[in-house]
Amino acid sequence: MFLLNVFKPAFLHSRETDSGPFTGLFNFKKLWRSRIIILLCVALGPLISLAIFTFVVTKHDAEREIHLRTIRLASNTKRTISFFFEERKAALDFILRSNSFEQINDHRQLANILQSLQETIGGFTDLGIIDATGKQIQYVGPYDLQDVNYSSEKWFEEVAVRNHYISDVYLGFREVPHIIIAVKHMFPNGFSYVLRATLETQRFNRILSNINLSGSEDAFLVNKEGIIQTPSRSHENIMAKITLPVPEYSEHTEVMEVTGSHLKKIVIGYAHIPDTSFIFMLTEKKEALMRPWRTTQSIIIFFIILSILSTLIVVYLVATHLVNQIFLADLERVQTLHEVEQSSKLASIGRLAAGVAHEINNPLAIINEKAGLVKDIFSFKEEYKHDAKILGLIESILASVDRCGKITKRLLGFARNLDATIQQVDISAVIEDVLGFLVKEAEYRSILINLDIEENLPQFETDRGKLQQILLNLVNNAFAAMQDNGRLDIRIRRVEHDFIAISVKDDGSGIPEADLKRIFEPFFSTKTKNGGTGLGLFITYGLIQELNGTLQVVSTFGKGSEFTITLPLTRISKQR
Amino acid sequence: MAEKILLVDDEKDFVDTLAERMRTRGMNVTTSTSAKDVLENIDVESFDAIVLDLQMPDMDGIEALRLIRAKNPNLQVILLTGHATVEKGVEAMKLGALDLLEKPTDIETLTEKIKKASAKKMMLVQEETAGKIKDIIGGKGW
Repeated sequence: MFLLNVFKPAFLHSRETDSGPFTGLFNFKKLWRSRIIILLCVALGPLISLAIFTFVVTKHDAEREIHLRTIRLASNTKRTISFFFEERKAALDFILRSNSFEQINDHRQLANILQSLQETIGGFTDLGIIDATGKQIQYVGPYDLQDVNYSSEKWFEEVAVRNHYISDVYLGFREVPHIIIAVKHMFPNGFSYVLRATLETQRFNRILSNINLSGSEDAFLVNKEGIIQTPSRSHENIMAKITLPVPEYSEHTEVMEVTGSHLKKIVIGYAHIPDTSFIFMLTEKKEALMRPWRTTQSIIIFFIILSILSTLIVVYLVATHLVNQIFLADLERVQTLHEVEQSSKLASIGRLAAGVAHEINNPLAIINEKAGLVKDIFSFKEEYKHDAKILGLIESILASVDRCGKITKRLLGFARNLDATIQQVDISAVIEDVLGFLVKEAEYRSILINLDIEENLPQFETDRGKLQQILLNLVNNAFAAMQDNGRLDIRIRRVEHDFIAISVKDDGSGIPEADLKRIFEPFFSTKTKNGGTGLGLFITYGLIQELNGTLQVVSTFGKGSEFTITLPLTRISKQR
Repeated sequence: MAEKILLVDDEKDFVDTLAERMRTRGMNVTTSTSAKDVLENIDVESFDAIVLDLQMPDMDGIEALRLIRAKNPNLQVILLTGHATVEKGVEAMKLGALDLLEKPTDIETLTEKIKKASAKKMMLVQEETAGKIKDIIGGKGW
């Protein structure tokens, strides 16, 4: 129940009731909504913007990090591969420079050289000497390539121009992938020849497979046409065309992102190997590279969502509590204003009534005397003495004056600021006294009077006479409202330590809601035909005010009414 | 013996009517509508009782009462009021008023009070006379 109240506060059900000076100051639903929105903005705004900022910045950083890593790895590998070729080219160059043409053209000598190369640097399959016409004039190796003419070969043209040449990988006659390195030697007299060597690719492949590859990373070489040159994880066959785009030429190691199959982004690091047509490529799915970052992010997002949720709950509770407090305070204010309005209205009515009564008393006195004089005259003169009709008329005038006089006196009684005769009063004794007047009527009408007085009620200082008058009025009213066989409950309780509450509850006719506001006004009566003056509750109200008490009414039409008087146990000296 | 009464109220109609009624009851009534007249009147005449309205335009009844009592403490004053309060009543009693009656009054009640006032006055006068006689007797010393 408490939780329900917390989450569904009372002000949500409050209606904009009648307009007027005593309605609530605020639109609580609107107030509540705006409070929640403001609190949420203040609480969640920085949190969410920080989260977004962190996300963007760290993502950018993570991307840069993986690009740098890819470049570093690609660059290192490029250097290694480049060095591999430089080494072999330099070896061939050294052979050419350290041996005369005659020495090198000697088959035995060339075989010695090949053996030396295989035993030192390694990876050489054969060696051949080709003269300027393109004819292989000397050859050592496992194949029979003596006197083959290379003049129409593309590589031969290239080596003639550039002095050295490193071929793509190709499958020779034996379907074994290999590479050709050719170096041209030019004598000052214009005579030149070319030393050609075939390299097996295993060593070369070993370099690539030595790279520490993780996950779905892949490293391989392609030529300028995008033909795969070395075995790779992602491409089954060498000499096949890669599915990825062939990167543009660049002097430095570069990185690029392409969208591969299934729209997955692939990060490619690439480097052109100098003096060859090879491009080293390092590929990895971006998703895999970003995984650590994603893990961190998901933890952060989880915590942010958690804190947003808790903020939401706290904000809701705080705003609701706050607005509910204002609502309750406002409710109290409105109620107090109503009470003040009621009591000031009654006070001014009281003053007005007293003034009117006072002014009426003088002419009333004149009427009284005039009528009295007429009566006197009639009584003393023999001729009228026996005119019963006239005497009757005069008696009736005097009786009416008397009645008016009583009304004005009671009205004046309301406004009277009597010096109260304060004494210690035992409330149950007062009740007994009051009921003493009414016991006969109660018996006669079979009304059950049920007394419920809290035990150990302290005596308190008040005006006994007024208290009696108040109770008598209330009980009288209750009797008037009840049918025979009714039931009257009188309950006396101590409340809030310093107050005593006396409630008089009947099961009579009740008061219609429309009348409830007016019952304390003078001359408001529903029993005018039965001799009611409409002053009973008006005077009772005034008396209770004089005792610094309050009077509340709860009434259901047709079911009965309950009047509750609350009196202070300690007397508050009345401020004049 | 006819009581000699002075009736004071600012409402002439009221004074006249009441006076007539009292006269029919065998009282000797003088009327006045102003408290100031009263103060002059009591210098000239002696009254058994004065019936005084508490609220009058030219002078407050209490004030008038005080002045009357100052002039002649033996005068018995009955106050009439349209708006009786206990405070006023107590004040009036303290100043020596015999009684305070609320308007509209019953003629019989008023008559009764006047009779009482007259009797009291008589007693006071008698006491005074007795005192004087004592004085004379004691003083002359025969």
